[in-house]
Amino acid sequence: MSLPPGRRARLSSPGTGRSFSEAREELRRRLMGLIEGNRVMIFSKSYCPHSARVKDLFSSLGVECNILELDQVDDGANVQEVLSEITNQRTVPNIFVNKVHMGGCDRTFQAHQSGLLQKLLQEDSAYEYDLIVIGGGSGGLACAQEAAILGKKVMVLDFVVPTPQGTSWGLGGTCVNVGCVPKKLMHQAALLGQELKDARKFGWEYSHQVKHNWETMIEAIQNHIGSLNWGYRLSLREKAVTYVNSYGEFVEHHKIKATNRKGQETYYTAGKFVLATGQRPRYLGIPGDKEYCITSDDLFSLPYCPGKTLVVGASYVALECGGFLAGIGLDVTIMVRSILLRGFDQEMAEKVGSYMEQHGVKFLRKFVPVMVQHLDKGSPGKLKVVAKSTEGPETIEEIYNTVLLAIGRESCTRKIGLEKIGVKVNEKSGKIPVNDVEQTNVPYVYAVGDILEGKLELTPIAIQAGKLLARRLFAGSLEKCDYVNVPTTVFTPLEYGCCGLSEEKAIEVHRKENLEVYHTFFWPLEWTVAGRDNNTCYAKIICNKFDNDRVIGFHVLGPNAGEITQGFAAAMKCGLTKQQLDDTIGIHPTCGEVFTTLEITKSSGLDITQKGC
Amino acid sequence: MAAALRGAGGRFRWRIRAAAAAAAAAAVGGVRGATRRAAGRQNYDLLVIGGGSGGLACAKEAAQLGKKVAVVDYVEPSPRGTRWGLGGTCVNVGCIPKKLMHQAALLGGMVQDAPHYGWALQPVPHDWATMAEAVQNHVKSLNWGHRVQLQDRKVTYFNIKASFVDAHTVCGVSKGGKETLLSAEHIIIATGGRPRYPTHIEGALEYGITSDDLFWLKESPGKTLVVGASYVALECAGFLTGLGLDTTVMIRSIPLRGFDQQMSSLVTEYMASQGTRFLRGCTPSRVQRLPDGQLQVTWEDPSSGKEDTGTFNTVLWAIGRIPETRSLNLEKAGVHTSPTSQKILVDALETTSVPHIYAIGDVAEGRPELTPTAIMAGKLLAQRLCGQSSDVMDYENVPTTVFTPLEYGCVGLSEEEAVARHGEEHVEVYHAYYKPLEFTVAERDASQCYIKMVCLRKPPQLVLGLHFLGPNAGEVTQGFALGIKCGASYAQVMRTVGIHPTCAEEVAKLRISKRSGLDPTVTGC
Repeated sequence: MSLPPGRRARLSSPGTGRSFSEAREELRRRLMGLIEGNRVMIFSKSYCPHSARVKDLFSSLGVECNILELDQVDDGANVQEVLSEITNQRTVPNIFVNKVHMGGCDRTFQAHQSGLLQKLLQEDSAYEYDLIVIGGGSGGLACAQEAAILGKKVMVLDFVVPTPQGTSWGLGGTCVNVGCVPKKLMHQAALLGQELKDARKFGWEYSHQVKHNWETMIEAIQNHIGSLNWGYRLSLREKAVTYVNSYGEFVEHHKIKATNRKGQETYYTAGKFVLATGQRPRYLGIPGDKEYCITSDDLFSLPYCPGKTLVVGASYVALECGGFLAGIGLDVTIMVRSILLRGFDQEMAEKVGSYMEQHGVKFLRKFVPVMVQHLDKGSPGKLKVVAKSTEGPETIEEIYNTVLLAIGRESCTRKIGLEKIGVKVNEKSGKIPVNDVEQTNVPYVYAVGDILEGKLELTPIAIQAGKLLARRLFAGSLEKCDYVNVPTTVFTPLEYGCCGLSEEKAIEVHRKENLEVYHTFFWPLEWTVAGRDNNTCYAKIICNKFDNDRVIGFHVLGPNAGEITQGFAAAMKCGLTKQQLDDTIGIHPTCGEVFTTLEITKSSGLDITQKGC
Repeated sequence: MAAALRGAGGRFRWRIRAAAAAAAAAAVGGVRGATRRAAGRQNYDLLVIGGGSGGLACAKEAAQLGKKVAVVDYVEPSPRGTRWGLGGTCVNVGCIPKKLMHQAALLGGMVQDAPHYGWALQPVPHDWATMAEAVQNHVKSLNWGHRVQLQDRKVTYFNIKASFVDAHTVCGVSKGGKETLLSAEHIIIATGGRPRYPTHIEGALEYGITSDDLFWLKESPGKTLVVGASYVALECAGFLTGLGLDTTVMIRSIPLRGFDQQMSSLVTEYMASQGTRFLRGCTPSRVQRLPDGQLQVTWEDPSSGKEDTGTFNTVLWAIGRIPETRSLNLEKAGVHTSPTSQKILVDALETTSVPHIYAIGDVAEGRPELTPTAIMAGKLLAQRLCGQSSDVMDYENVPTTVFTPLEYGCVGLSEEEAVARHGEEHVEVYHAYYKPLEFTVAERDASQCYIKMVCLRKPPQLVLGLHFLGPNAGEVTQGFALGIKCGASYAQVMRTVGIHPTCAEEVAKLRISKRSGLDPTVTGC
């Protein structure tokens, strides 16, 4: 986790880590952004009668203006300071029209009388658009729509480069088309397979073996995705965002080249740009990978059942895909180079893996593929995979119908002309470093979503970041996206939800002796009658003993982990402590209630297994 | 700490204090000490009457802290003759079998969803007997578990029906009629409640059943009339419908009294869409048994003044519960009850009108009738009695979930309560309809999936109540209950990043206020 210096400083308590001048510089940049990003920008105080007169003037002229009320923001005094540095004027109202400093109330009314104001207002921006967003995924669309709601002229460029297998999709980005949405639906299909088995125990009578039909599932899921693509198109149109289905590439400052499917090129200019191009799956770089292997980009619209499948990788994508493929009855092997779910709590990760192993997923640990050979055509065909041990000279061979690569993702930042305008990209990772207002080293270029360096690759965070960015750029908002305590859930056969720190990270940051870890196994009521295992679902919280036993890590492995985790994440935002957990009444009978009765600490070494009958 | 309490000195002091208190109480009650010296009398530090959630929690906690504890529990058979083991309502005839049968019904829905997800499956019938046996076996394993836990913690268990002899003495009668006298320094009443029968209705007692019987039926109840509008009534009717039974609910006035009424009407609306019939504003007047064994129910519709009849296989009364206080001889001990509810009057420390007698759980006046509150109240009471803690039970912001076919989870104030307490102009309600992702492919109707957050209007807009209607409402609500406990504001909840794709993330996306008049329905696909 390498963070830019500004970011690291913010993690320490305010006022100690970050230098005064740095903060000042950032505020200055933000104010310049407001001045440059708005046709009329008024710095005002809500109770000031002079400010009110100016607002009335603009509203009588039918001119929309952006107003920042200094008395209603936390750092209003600092804003006033910096404004006086910029304009040599300490008082409010302080008015800018088309980036020109107008002055205060009297000067504005003089300008109105002399006609200067009208002239300045007519001088429209030199750019065609206020904002161009490159990438129509979760973050990009959220930002574009919010900016449009704020009255800005906005364009979104979105273009899906087909996969080596030729798969392509519509508007909405990874989450909607080849990520969260189809993934969760296939996970649901697999869960239903388990529920069907449970249903017998609950009195639903059927004797025959129930088979799964891949095509039916794919058609239903693709239909849903199609409706979402359509919904996004509609929503952009309603908000008057220009949508162009072309590949965007910078050619010079403030100017972009858009190339459509037919190769036609069009040029557009804008005052501000947001990069939201996201990531695409990585390939191994071994013989046969691009020719014969598929990735998650292909899986969710695969027209035929993949059959016996090798999943390569140990990311959450690998485990989720391996999990639901096994759940619908396929023979699945997951090849893992080193550890499962890197970056997640390793105790939880191992439990996720062992549940999968007990439910029919085979794991090949410490092997990497070195060659994929095509044996037979067909739907699916036959592939021979040769893999090599990471620890010795041993090699193994096996035949699969499908090989799914899920070894990581690469940022789409290298072929969009960033070098032309000097946007810094991390050479190694392809990620883009930004400051805490999502601004790149080129002041008018911002970035959100998966391509940010040191940030999280999650849809909701991209949406949040995109929205807040638009509000800061065009509505004088100061609210920043908070990347701390972001909850997430891995939708493996047994779901894993978490928020805050992993145990490893907590020990690294706070030292082991300062922590208390509470944990227990639990047995969901629904599992009892279904005859499922009673020592599989697991709950763990990590508390900081020297901060009131504040909960700094929350981990749950069990059914509906996502639904459970969300509320606890909200509580962690409010500074949840162990005492508050203990004081809260459980909802009976649920899985979530287990967190209100956690008694056993890990350090006590006491037994946490649930007794049987 | 526990060891110190068990020490000779500690026990000695305890006894002396106890004896003094006993003498005082006996004097107040006007009862001579004679009965207390009766043969066979056994002495305890703590005696718990009622082996349900609250009683057992209290007994186990006190025993762990070194007290000599006894629990007496006795299940009076229902009018239909149904009886069960240790653990009280929740385990035997409440939460546990209810949620399992609810799950059985949900699984029926999933069986219907499955073909949409590619599982080649024809519609399948449900077999009540298989389900009932599985559920009952699980309950029996829990009964056993409770017995073992009491034994492990050295709590003495008596399967006897208890009544007070004096303020410190309880007489228990076993099934065989054998009497046992038990005395204790502290007595905790945790006898809970039982379903009420409308005894004024002809045939109600003879032919009707209650939730005490439903979960123990070996055969399917068949076509069922559920009378009542409590959560018990709606939950039972919901799962019976879900299991494929023809089910009708007869409601005199409003459903789920005390809950947010907008949410309540969405709950019943969804049930109706799933096939549950509703007879609104009707009251039954008699139940008769027809020659073929079916039950003919006659009811009145006061609005039209008309009388109507219908035949059913089963009539289930779910019109409320009455506290189990009548057979306790509370007057012998001087324990006061509410003349209207018959519940035992208690203070914030769960103390009754007699200082060493306490009441927890459903039998105590003004307490929420919920298992987890009884458990926590029991534990805290034990800790206080053992000098372990002075923490008092906080009955505010207790979350709960109604396990109707579409689950309804809530914590904090209903919209009505919030407006009544703070005034409409000071309350801001954020709300949204939403569509669970899993509903899309399954082509389920999500018209009633709805979330409402009731906040103070003044920034930072403290959250007063959260109401969630949708799948897994219990799981969703639990964490947010914590948030409200931590004093969450609307802004803080909005700053929480969602988990995608879940239903719970919709809570963190509530942008539309009722006051704005904007459309809270899902737009487009």
